[in-house]
Amino acid sequence: MSTAPDAVIQLDNLSVQLGSRLILNKLQVELKGRTIGLLGPNGAGKSTLINTLLGFYAPSSGTARVFGHDVHKDTRYIRSLIGYMPENDSFIADMTAVTFIRMMGELSGLPPETALERAHECLFYVGLGEARYRKLGTYSLGMKQLAKLAQAIVHGPKLVILDEPTNGLDPPARRRMLKMIHEMRDNAGMRIVLCSHLLRDVEDTCEEVIILKGGAIVHYADLEAERSANKRFVELETVGDDEGFATAMEGLGATCAMAGKGRWKMVLPAEFSFRELFRVAGEKDLELRRLNYRKDTLEDIFFKAMNQ
Amino acid sequence: MAVYKRTYSSYTGPLTDPRTRFLVLPRYSYERLFQSRFLTGFLVACFFFPLGCTGYIYLINNLSMLASIGIPALDILKIDSGFFRVFMNFQGVLAYILTALIGPSLIAPDLANNALPTYFSRPFSRTEYVVGKLSVLFILLSIITWVPGVILFFLQVSQAGSGWLSNNWFILRAIMLGFTAWILILSLLSVALSAWVKWKVVAGALILGVFGIGAGLASIINSILRTDYGSMIDISRIMYTIWSDQLNIEASTGLEPFEAWVGFIAVCIVCLLMLERKIRPKEIVR
Repeated sequence: MSTAPDAVIQLDNLSVQLGSRLILNKLQVELKGRTIGLLGPNGAGKSTLINTLLGFYAPSSGTARVFGHDVHKDTRYIRSLIGYMPENDSFIADMTAVTFIRMMGELSGLPPETALERAHECLFYVGLGEARYRKLGTYSLGMKQLAKLAQAIVHGPKLVILDEPTNGLDPPARRRMLKMIHEMRDNAGMRIVLCSHLLRDVEDTCEEVIILKGGAIVHYADLEAERSANKRFVELETVGDDEGFATAMEGLGATCAMAGKGRWKMVLPAEFSFRELFRVAGEKDLELRRLNYRKDTLEDIFFKAMNQ
Repeated sequence: MAVYKRTYSSYTGPLTDPRTRFLVLPRYSYERLFQSRFLTGFLVACFFFPLGCTGYIYLINNLSMLASIGIPALDILKIDSGFFRVFMNFQGVLAYILTALIGPSLIAPDLANNALPTYFSRPFSRTEYVVGKLSVLFILLSIITWVPGVILFFLQVSQAGSGWLSNNWFILRAIMLGFTAWILILSLLSVALSAWVKWKVVAGALILGVFGIGAGLASIINSILRTDYGSMIDISRIMYTIWSDQLNIEASTGLEPFEAWVGFIAVCIVCLLMLERKIRPKEIVR
């Protein structure tokens, strides 16, 4: 696989074996989106993939690249570009938030004064400004999530890996977290990898999604392309002789699939007028009993991928 | 603009030298350690004996002053390798206690709080992490061991003259090498044990106990196998042999200096292997 300069993550036949278990099996994908979703059931290999991108695990075969750099060979450089928000608590409980985040900033290479300044900035940014001198061990679950986000962005990374960022957040805090993800992407130019069980969060924020199952990629979806394609998905129920109906519709640019007797699923092109649909049905003397306008949600995509 | 009014921005400024980045860890560790008054008090107390030695060296080199206060000048009152062995033993024990107090709080909290992924997701390697944690002890123990030892040595040189220096230069080597070896083995044992145990109290007890356990095992091996090689796992005997050898004094520990060094290196390797296995961003469940 050639190194695409604009690719955020490139996996080229990536396999990761831990002990005797093959956790990731020949993953092959190139992700360019500003926000990349990582989905899959428990044990699908999401965390292993994240850990491999961070250089924690070595690939047993194939390569993984971040911004064109091999994660195994240029680990240190890649880590300087990445901010990582782990799923579990991962900080020193008896340290104040500002001290901990300052220390993490310094370990990333910020000079001490700058690290202190940015620790304050980041804590205010995530909404922990008033609690920044409290010890991390005294924080609520939601506050800990925000503190983890602050430590991930303190050094101004190009790519932030967020592992279940909305876990334990109440609805307003969740909305705020998603808003921050949008802001970081749109205003600070960060690329974001979001690993979440909450499909709604991924759907709201991500441009590209990969779905993992049993260590393999079972589905890739370019949500942004689908959104911008503005295709319309319809479900139809007809009564009568529908022979030739599909052919006529396909002649108008639609994609048709029969979902049972008299039941059709169609993808209509962007500029398609529903008047044409009724006209064709009229010509074929076909009775339209039901017409649902719908689009596959990420949940549909996810369950389809799981059933593969 | 006030900090709280700023929005998030990426960072494009200068970065610190990666080679010295491990020194961030001791700085933050000291900040936490010296919140304990007991520890601060103990560290201060560690300087009492070197201060006493300073006075002793001054008095011994100014016997006329002793005579003036009615104390006869005796032959046993002299500054030689025996004096420095007493100094090294005393400060060595204090260093050991200080290690047991500080060591467990270095790595155990990071492991207990699962903080290692946060450290290692940065441009900061496992080696730098271990070196950073070791340097916490190395710097602190140096302040109470070889630094005052070297000061005492040069105080004696300044008092006794260059003739004493030419006859006793090996003492300086013994102080530097002996204490460095002691600090190294203490630091490694301390971080390795605290990495394996995770609980601070248990790790502290283990650090204190490992010397007793080693000595006990050594005695058992020596008795059963009728040999002296068992002493190679008795760390205190190893160090005493090394120090005595460096100071040109008979050790009578049953160990040859070479055997003591082999034991020393073996203990260090075991500690490094323990660290290599435990200090990982993620524990691999096979």
